Parts: sequence; C-alpha cells; structure tokens
Amino acid sequence: MKRVGYDIAIVGSGAGGGTVAQELSPLCRQGVRIAVLEKGPRLRDEEFTGRELEMAGALYEDGGGFLTSDGAMTIAFGCAYGGSTVVYTGTSMLPPERVISRWDVPGLTHADLDCRARKFMAENNVHWLADDLVNENNKLFVAGCHKLNYDVRQFPVNIKGCRGSSLCNLGCPNQAKQGTDRVQLPRAEANGVEVVTRCQVLTVGEKTLAVRVAAKPAGAKGDASPWEPGDYQIDAKIVVLCAGAVNTPALLLRSGMEHRLPRLGYGFTTHPAFIIVGEHARPITNFVGFPKSYYVDQFAETGHFVLETCMYFPFITAKSLAGFGAPHSAFMRAFPRLQMILVLACDEADAYNRVAIDKAGRPVVHYRFQHEAVGGLIGGAVAAARILFAAGAQRVHMPVARETTIESADAARLPEIAAAARFTPGKTPVSAAHPQGGCGMGAGPHDSVTDSYGRVHGLPWLFVADASLFPNSLEINPYVTIMALADRVAQRIREEVPALL
Amino acid sequence: MPLNPDPVIFRAVVSTIVPEAAILDEPGWRDVLQVVESLLRDRPESLKRQIRIFLRAIEWLPVVRYGRPFTRLDPPVRTRVLAHLENDRIQKIRVGFWGLRTIVLAGYYGRPQAAQAIGYAAGPRGWEALR
Repeated sequence: MKRVGYDIAIVGSGAGGGTVAQELSPLCRQGVRIAVLEKGPRLRDEEFTGRELEMAGALYEDGGGFLTSDGAMTIAFGCAYGGSTVVYTGTSMLPPERVISRWDVPGLTHADLDCRARKFMAENNVHWLADDLVNENNKLFVAGCHKLNYDVRQFPVNIKGCRGSSLCNLGCPNQAKQGTDRVQLPRAEANGVEVVTRCQVLTVGEKTLAVRVAAKPAGAKGDASPWEPGDYQIDAKIVVLCAGAVNTPALLLRSGMEHRLPRLGYGFTTHPAFIIVGEHARPITNFVGFPKSYYVDQFAETGHFVLETCMYFPFITAKSLAGFGAPHSAFMRAFPRLQMILVLACDEADAYNRVAIDKAGRPVVHYRFQHEAVGGLIGGAVAAARILFAAGAQRVHMPVARETTIESADAARLPEIAAAARFTPGKTPVSAAHPQGGCGMGAGPHDSVTDSYGRVHGLPWLFVADASLFPNSLEINPYVTIMALADRVAQRIREEVPALL
Repeated sequence: MPLNPDPVIFRAVVSTIVPEAAILDEPGWRDVLQVVESLLRDRPESLKRQIRIFLRAIEWLPVVRYGRPFTRLDPPVRTRVLAHLENDRIQKIRVGFWGLRTIVLAGYYGRPQAAQAIGYAAGPRGWEALR
C-alpha cells in the first residue's frame, strides 16, 4: 500500500467540499498541503452531451438509481468533480429563519448563516432570470397560481451564459451553472489544492484515511485519476468529511465510530417528491428554456409541501408517471404539450429514518414515509392539479389518484379525488433529492454527531461539512445553506491551524 | 447478457408496459436490450438474478388463474396480470414490479428513437435551436 501525507484532507467536492477547499486554499501559500478526494470522475466540457442515460450513469451515484432499503424511493445525488452541484438546477435559496430557529443548534444563528450564504450567492452570480428567458412551462405555472391567488415566487438561480438547454440535471452542456466545479474548485486548485478523482475513502482512522483509487473503466466518461489505481494510506492532520448525507455517515460507520457517536446515521431526512403533469391542447415550450424558475412555499408549514416548476427527460418522466400501458403512453406521446410541477414533501427527521451500512460497508438508507409527508404529497398533488387546470390543462396525471388521469371536466371533483387518493409505497413513484442529516449538529454526543462548527464530538482533527450536518429538514433547496455551513467549518479550521498542524 | 434466458418473456412484458413496443423491429429490440444491459452491467449479480426470477414468475403465475403462461395471453389479460402485481398487498412484490417497470421504461425511452417519436428534442443549443 502506498502512503501519502497531507496537512488537510477533504473528502468530497460538492457544495461542502468545494467550499471548504476554496476557503482553506490560501493556506497553501504558507506551505500547507491540502487534497480533495473525490469518488467520482472529472468530465471534460465536451463530455456533457445532455443524453439522459449516458449522463446519469456518469454523474450520479448508482446512475441515479440509489434506492432506500425497502426499494420504495429513489434518492438522487451526484458523484463527480463538483458533487451534486454538477446536477442540481442551480436554484439558490437563503436558509429560512423559521427552520434555523427550529433546529436550535447551540452556537448557530440564522444571522450568521444568512451573511455567509449571501457571500456565496454573490460569488456564484445568483440572480433572477430575465422574463424573456422564462419558458411557457414556467409562465403557465405563474398564470395558474395567480388565478388561484397562490403566492408564487421566482427562484434566484446561479447561472451565467445559460442557453436554455433545460438539461441542468444532466450536467449543463454549456457550463452555465456556477457549481463548485466551475467556481470554487478551480480557484482552490489555482491556489495549490490537489484534487484526486476516482478516489473512494474506505475508512477514517486516527488522522489517517484508507482510500482506493479506481482505474477509469473502458469507454467511461471523464479523465483518469491523477493517481495510479490502487490502495493508499493517506496521513492527514485534519480531515474534513464532505461526502454528502448518505456517504459521510456511511464512511464513519464503516470506520467503527458508532460506539463513540450514538447519533451517527440518525436524523436522516430528505424531500420525497413526485411530479404532477398537465396536458395542454397545444405544444408549449417546456424542454427548451431554464426548467425551474418558480415555486410556491406557502403550504410548507401548514400542508408540509412545496411546489416547484420542473421539466424532466423522457425516461425520468416515464418512470415518474404512475402505472403503465395505454394511459401512461398517452401522456408520454403528449410530451411537447406537457406542463410539469414537482411536489416536494417536507419530511421531519424521525427515529426510524437513518443511514446504516450493509455487510460490505455500503450505505443503506432506511426510510419510511411519515404521516405528514404522505399528507404533504397528496395535498401537494391536489394543489398542483388545481394550478394545472387553472393554467388551461385539458387533463392531469396525478399518481396518487385512484384513476390517475383526471379530465378538466372533473376539476371540481378534486377534493373528492383527494379524499380517495392513496399513497402506496412500492407503487407510487417517489423520488427524492436533497438528502440531509445523519451527522447532525448539536450540543454533545447524546443529541448529535458534531458541534455547530462541524467538529465531530471528541475528535478535534475531524470535521464534517456537508448536508449531513442538518439536524432536521431544511425544507428548501439546500446547496447555499451547505456552503454557508462549510464556510463556518473552514473558518474554525483556519483559526485552529496553528494548534492542529 | 443478464436477461438472455428470457427474451420472449421480456418482450411480452415490455409490450404490455409500453404498447408501442409491439411494433419494434429487430434492431429496435436490440437497442432496448442493449440499454437495459448497459444499465444492469455494474449492478450486483443478485439484482440480475432477481429480475430473471421475477420475469419467470410473471410467465408462469398466470397458469394458475388463466391456464396459460403470460406470453400466450391476450394483451388485455397481460395488462390485468401486471396490474395485479403492481397493486399486490405485499410491498416486496410491488417493489419488484416497480423495479422491472423502471428497467423496461429505461430500455424503451432511453433510446434516441423513442425520444424523437414522442417529440422530445432538448439539446445544448436550447433557445437558439428553436429560433
């Protein structure tokens, strides 16, 4: 086994890892050696083709097919240079005050997070899309919301030079999204941080990491790792885990930390989601233009759901429609006439939902849908159907309805349809993005894994800086909050470098 | 070739889930299988085995009720058989069907020809291509 030494090792290169790398990179000028270890590949610009299965296979964990242990929900998260920031839509939301207050983490204030979040929003060119670049899929959502007096809001987005490919979730083919792969990581590298791709961290020991560098598979996208394939031991005086809310808890569990940290893996949550599709009489611009420009969050507190515009690709759309056969095909054949709305449930962390590992040390997510989340999905489906009908849709596909196709003539029966709606795990097509928790912040090992600066309880050299820090659901798109938390972690490390190195 | 033992059953299942698949020619079917196999290539052997078992179960379970295997049933009866699995009271069976359905939909709609057939034409040029 080869042995390599660094002062600081950062595991993962997404919103958390990319931010920590950038914020610590000035230390390289003082001779501090920093490495980012990324399990996924680094793709060249020309390799972002927008082809659905090809890009999903290259950029997502398990090709986008990571399932909960009971197989009832897919959880999507990135696995590439830039992590999930390569495949998100770039919607940039400030951490909500009500949520941060409810988290009640000693030493963590909303004002502090808000200030840091704004710094990264400026850095990532966050702005509102100009009206003339908004497509009909989004405009019809706004029109429907206005008719219903819903409080519709525009997403700030972090794009620069967007051509409206609508392929954000497959990695922007025009390099317009300002993820860590475009902004923070290149800056960190320019300052002297090394990035090692195709490098999976197997275990964390006392200031040491066991890692495996994989060879580039034949025909795969992305560059080969800068390191020779094989097993390595990396000695590092400071280790920062930013592998995401599934892989960071799993890594610590593989490393035998569960006895020291009884809350490890617990507090995991996500945003279970499905799409509601409306069919219009005429083609609309849907697969052209930025896909996600508007949202409604007025029901987050009372109804446990948030609505967002969205537009997916043929296979994901087909997978997200319930059922099969002729009714399913009829919606697919209407693709250019489809308007889509994403319903996200706000699911509180509970005692059952957690990250564990199997015998081989691979992550396993145990997840059951809570009553409020199921209510949120059904309530959200009805609200989305109302918007679609108000926008002029002729029929709507609602995955939880007994008859999934609802004609506009039946729009008045929506309350009745909602009352009879049924959410059936394993049948209702639910996918989730935004995995959160598993290494939550808190006061001590009895209630959490880290303190409010991401330091793992009892291990001064070990930090966490990703969405696993969330003690409960954030209820919004999380990347800006992750960056703000990672900034705090980086600040604490910078302050303690003289003592820790 | 993870599905090699059951291509006839697989085609019957695909055509029931996506009726348009019934008119695919041989190169079309080859494309569907190629997509499925590339999707399953790096998946655990146990998963591939489960899919094969599930396909065999779909073929032979209808014998009990309809006196014929799945591949010899009329399309409406095939639909009823799959709907029964989709709505089964045992979650593992529902999940099994959901997994198979996912693979089938990937195989069919993951092909550029299918995207073209449904009028999906997203591309890197975005607005520019439209104007």
